[in-house]
Amino acid sequence: MAVKDRLSGNEAVAIALRQIDPDVMGAFPITPSTEIPEYFSQYVADGLVHTEFVPVESEHSSMSVCIGAQAAGARAVTATSSCGLALMYELLYVAASCRLPITLACVNRALSGPININNDHSDSMGARDSGWIQIYAENNQEVYDNFLQAMPIGEHASVRLPVMICQDGFITSHAVENITLLEDDEVRRFVGQYCPEQYLLKADNPLAVGPYDISAYYMEHKKQQAEAMKNAKQVILDVANRFEALTGRKYGFFEEYQMEDAQVAILLIGSSAGTAKVTADHLRSQGEKVGVIKLRVFRPFPMEELASALSHCKVVAVLDKCEGFSASGGPLFAETRSALYDLDNRPQLINYVYGLGGRDIHVGHFEEIYHHLFKIVSTGQLGERYIHLGQREA
Amino acid sequence: MNYNFKQEVQKPERFVGGHRLCAGCGAGIAVRAVLRALNPEDKAVITNATSCLEVSSFLYPYTAWQDSFIHSAFENAAATCSGVEAAYNVLKRRNQVQETYKFITFGGDGGTYDIGFQSLSGAMERGHDMVYVCYDNEAYMNTGIQRSSATPRFANTTTAPRGQVSYGKQQNKKDMTEILAAHNIPYAAQTTFIGNFQDIHEKARKAIYTEGPCFLNVLAPCPRGWDYPTAELAELCKLAVDTCVWPMYEVENGTWRLTCEPKRKLPVTAFLEKQGRFSHMFRKGNEWMLEDAQNYVDEKWQKLLSHCV
Repeated sequence: MAVKDRLSGNEAVAIALRQIDPDVMGAFPITPSTEIPEYFSQYVADGLVHTEFVPVESEHSSMSVCIGAQAAGARAVTATSSCGLALMYELLYVAASCRLPITLACVNRALSGPININNDHSDSMGARDSGWIQIYAENNQEVYDNFLQAMPIGEHASVRLPVMICQDGFITSHAVENITLLEDDEVRRFVGQYCPEQYLLKADNPLAVGPYDISAYYMEHKKQQAEAMKNAKQVILDVANRFEALTGRKYGFFEEYQMEDAQVAILLIGSSAGTAKVTADHLRSQGEKVGVIKLRVFRPFPMEELASALSHCKVVAVLDKCEGFSASGGPLFAETRSALYDLDNRPQLINYVYGLGGRDIHVGHFEEIYHHLFKIVSTGQLGERYIHLGQREA
Repeated sequence: MNYNFKQEVQKPERFVGGHRLCAGCGAGIAVRAVLRALNPEDKAVITNATSCLEVSSFLYPYTAWQDSFIHSAFENAAATCSGVEAAYNVLKRRNQVQETYKFITFGGDGGTYDIGFQSLSGAMERGHDMVYVCYDNEAYMNTGIQRSSATPRFANTTTAPRGQVSYGKQQNKKDMTEILAAHNIPYAAQTTFIGNFQDIHEKARKAIYTEGPCFLNVLAPCPRGWDYPTAELAELCKLAVDTCVWPMYEVENGTWRLTCEPKRKLPVTAFLEKQGRFSHMFRKGNEWMLEDAQNYVDEKWQKLLSHCV
């Protein structure tokens, strides 16, 4: 039975955590993810969960606690944002290479400096090569739904990788929306038990984790990790199918909105997709063939699927809520452009960097982007392809 | 406690040969001595900070550790161990683990006094039921003898070298055992290997079987960093104790106690002269260094005596 409620994204994650009742939570506060351990510690205080709540002295230690706990045979979770995630970077790689399916709620926030507490994706984008699965959400419902799918994906025998469930700081962490929750027992059945094959506390077979790995073996282990990330693609789809059967809510690598006959399209990640869709609806009502693709899964990167979905477009704007400082565009732009290379007929691509440090993006901006795309179609002139949206000096 | 060295060393080894630690290294001796204090029927999970010990004892696909073992990074051994201990508590409650486990962490002085200090302090404050063992060889030996905050004043290291205008490390050694005692943990002690290993054995037993966070600081000489003939390790440890450079004491529930008082306190030079890292202190014109080192040890010793019952 579905339960209707009005919740912030942080509270939705905390409720998902209560329903899952994980074994260990490493916790350290940082805006805007702080509410997740706050809500959760109240569940601990009220005896609603059996979790060992470990309130550590830094994010570095919270990820270390998760690594120790998950290796020991427990299900470990944590939540963080921004500099907290950056402080964990070293250990994100350790968690992934030890093949520990830890779940992390990443409430996306700009990185310092200068210090800024508002949303963009530079924190998790900085961790994009750490070996973690990354799943992003548009709204609170998706945040909750993605969180419930994290463990079945990460813990799958062919994957065994940690999973980062990303949501936009304040926008889908603090804003309150209508949301449909599952019953606790439905969640527990869906998520299931964590049953690792090998773990530190397995009495009849001691385990050694985290060796010094010399050149003769290191590359084999990295290849296995890379294979696991490839395997994750099918598992993500299978888990989404199972989730759809339970809830009726459909998920994949990305959502295609008005894409069937779109001449121009916008590709983006996260909460701004809602604004993009409203704009697309408005332009569609005027007869313009515009579409939106909202990427849900950034790691593994759905290269072939994304190329196929964009193949019929003439021009596409890729929006990065993150500056990559590559001097040639953001990370989503670079990877999307690479994905399209194998097509015989490729759409042209431009990159907008937008929303850094919480800079607002509204319908007018999306109209501006679509008009820019149509101008490229009509003139055949690509012009500047690496643009910062809403720049005050511009 | 009836201690019988012969019986103790007949216990099955939990840290076996074949590892790649240097001859005359104190790290492996510290590990074997501490692990002998475990009841043979008790299981353990060992956590290790990145260190000589780690890279020498667990090279894929070989391990010298008979117990479960985890290495994660340099600065987070205590936090990693707290995660393992937290997992044990919940899995035991959920009846998914039946056996009794003990949690022992080993870190070098770099991983303990310096980069792992915050993580260690946090784990001690949170009160995990674990033992943190520092094998203190007084510098970053794994990367080639760089100074740490555990390096004593005047020692020659590769990042505080002696030179025309420098006498080696300028600062005194951080007093880590005292800092850990100030965490008001149930048990903190410092020890090393002397005689029949009774001191380290008894302290390790107390640390392992006292509930809550416990800390052991083990002076563990390094033949390369200290520059001594490998066979002289035991003699150096004895001299460190007899000169009061490394006093043997414990702090149990706030009570400080000397566990091994030298019969005759030797001059600090007896310890320093055995090691190449201090050889410049014995050159003509550098007498003040020896005097300085002696005064420092005397002051520290008097302060320690005033704490002890």
